[in-house]
Amino acid sequence: MLEIDWFLGISAIMFSIGIIGVLIRRNAVVIFMCVELMLNAVNLTLVSFSSFHGNIDGQIFVFFALAVAAAEAVVGLAIIIAIFRNNLTVDVTEINLLRW
Amino acid sequence: MLDSYFPILILAGIAIVLALLLMTLSRILGPYRPNKHKLNPYESGMDPVGEARERYSISFYLVAMEFIVFDLEVVFIYPWAVRYLDLGLGTFISMMVFITILLIGLLYTLKKGTLDWDLKTNKI
Amino acid sequence: MDYLGDLQAFLPGIITAVAGLAVITIEALKSGHKSAYWVTSFSLIVALFFGIQSLGTPLQEAFSGMLVHGGIAAFGNVIILLGTLFCVFLSNDYLEGIDHNYNEVYGMILFATSGMICLAGANDLISLFLGLETMSICLYVMAGLIKNEKQGAEGALKYFLLGAFSTGFLLYGAALLYGATGTTSIPGIGAAASSDLLFLAGAALLLIGFLFKVSAVPFHMWTPDVYQATPTTLTAYMATASKAATFMAMILVLSRALPSVEGLDWQAVLSVVAIITMIFGNIIALVQDNIKRMLAYSSIAHAGYALVGLSAATPEGYSAVAFYLFAYTIMNVGAFGVVAYYERNKGLDFSDVNNLAGLGFKKPMMGVMMSLFLFSLAGIPPFVGFVGKYYVFAAAINANMVPLAIVGVLASAASVYYYLRVMVYLYFREAHKETEMIDASFLYKGALVILALLTVYYGIEPILPFGGLMELITGF
Repeated sequence: MLEIDWFLGISAIMFSIGIIGVLIRRNAVVIFMCVELMLNAVNLTLVSFSSFHGNIDGQIFVFFALAVAAAEAVVGLAIIIAIFRNNLTVDVTEINLLRW
Repeated sequence: MLDSYFPILILAGIAIVLALLLMTLSRILGPYRPNKHKLNPYESGMDPVGEARERYSISFYLVAMEFIVFDLEVVFIYPWAVRYLDLGLGTFISMMVFITILLIGLLYTLKKGTLDWDLKTNKI
Repeated sequence: MDYLGDLQAFLPGIITAVAGLAVITIEALKSGHKSAYWVTSFSLIVALFFGIQSLGTPLQEAFSGMLVHGGIAAFGNVIILLGTLFCVFLSNDYLEGIDHNYNEVYGMILFATSGMICLAGANDLISLFLGLETMSICLYVMAGLIKNEKQGAEGALKYFLLGAFSTGFLLYGAALLYGATGTTSIPGIGAAASSDLLFLAGAALLLIGFLFKVSAVPFHMWTPDVYQATPTTLTAYMATASKAATFMAMILVLSRALPSVEGLDWQAVLSVVAIITMIFGNIIALVQDNIKRMLAYSSIAHAGYALVGLSAATPEGYSAVAFYLFAYTIMNVGAFGVVAYYERNKGLDFSDVNNLAGLGFKKPMMGVMMSLFLFSLAGIPPFVGFVGKYYVFAAAINANMVPLAIVGVLASAASVYYYLRVMVYLYFREAHKETEMIDASFLYKGALVILALLTVYYGIEPILPFGGLMELITGF
């Protein structure tokens, strides 16, 4: 049985990779994938805490987080399709009508 | 600790042996008449060779999007289905309400034609 | 479990959710049928009725501790439902005017409202997350309503990406709080609070997630773009009801889950955020020519005023925030409503302040109401905005946060400039050219008149002998 620190460590690393990806990537789809990576890192944290505390609350939280992430993914993909149809690109640096 | 992975090794071994055995048997016992179409790699009806950045029909996205939503709702139904005899009537009613909500969503997508595969009649 | 009692406790949320399903079914069976709008308005009126009825009851748990009802949660419901109801009244005419009157909009509004009600009564991190996301996902859809124009889709994309990003922070914060305490229940977390690193990091990440959603500086970048790109009446909904719900959840979390633990000085953090939010929001608003962007920056500044009350961290401060949200909701829906009234007319872009020139005399009633809402937003007595600000700053002073109150008063004095600038354009500039103005329906104007009356009434209510909204909130 591995210690919980390892699980927390890997999920923190995954979360950080997600944040860095959101901040430096320019493709909207990739940014969105990085957001999903962040959410899944959190799910890993929740599951490991759930097993650490020996109560089920964390796993139930993961169910809801998964379902919500799926709903969010659908809305996000739809918005990205709408962006692509209008601009013929999903590069966020070229989507800049609105500023200041 | 690695001892606990030994059964997996056995499983992998059996799988490899079984796969090789079946392929050899079918080659020996069955008729073997290759032609160009049979030897093509098959990938779910899509053309496997070509430009990676090919644009394909929007219907794929719509179906994929609906699949994500309806697929993941099962995380709520599955734990309930395992234990539903112990959970009582209240939980049953709650789950029926949940499934009804999903059905209304399905009705909406059906009526809006997002699952309509024929692009000529597709309204989206 | 007491199912019926639970259902009764969450009645406004259930009514809105069922009505949302009804609207979606109507749209599926008879596309574009007008009854969806009536179902929406009627259900919101009924929900508001039940919401008002539960005002003044003590704070109680329901759904085995997942939600609370009564008390300040009940007041949150009333604010949310009031804001939603008026936005729906305004939306019908406005969306008809810009040819985007889809029934789905009402479905999304109803689902988002039920999410907000869940959020404003969250007693568990799970229900908090669920309510917040139900609300946010519906708002992403609304932001992308005008999907065929580049601007609309761009606003939706920005809102979605940054919103989902902030959700990640909020969720991680919730996970760490759960890890530190072993429970997801908000009072349970408060009882098991400690000053170990896990708990502090969780609280900090949760706060960042919240500050994103209420668009406090430095997490405000999405606000002006999204507000500009969204259809105006839906912007009003986004700016008022969703902010009210998030602030209500913040009150519940801060007061019950994060007691004063050593090393966790969220009061200081929030007061710093409040100061930079008020200063930044008001200064950038000074140079905006687009009235929707101006109102967006003003809404950032108003989030700052509400944060002043939160950082006081006293019952007085919390009730002041609740009253402030009420004030902000009615006056801001009104202001956006008048902008939407002008914007319905095609030909000129009436969200540009230069094109408002001379309209004050052309449509006297709208001009008067616009001035009234803007005066109230600027915090000039005797309107409700002044009373709200007074309560918030008084709470800060009583909690020994005098510098915070001083910055707030100075910032709101600066804000008078850009609110009055709109009025200068409305009344003291010559109209560019003759533009035909379409008149709105009776219901539209009636809704605006009611909002204006509420703005005036609750501005003088505290000095009336039979007043007492503030007493009702402090009684929670």
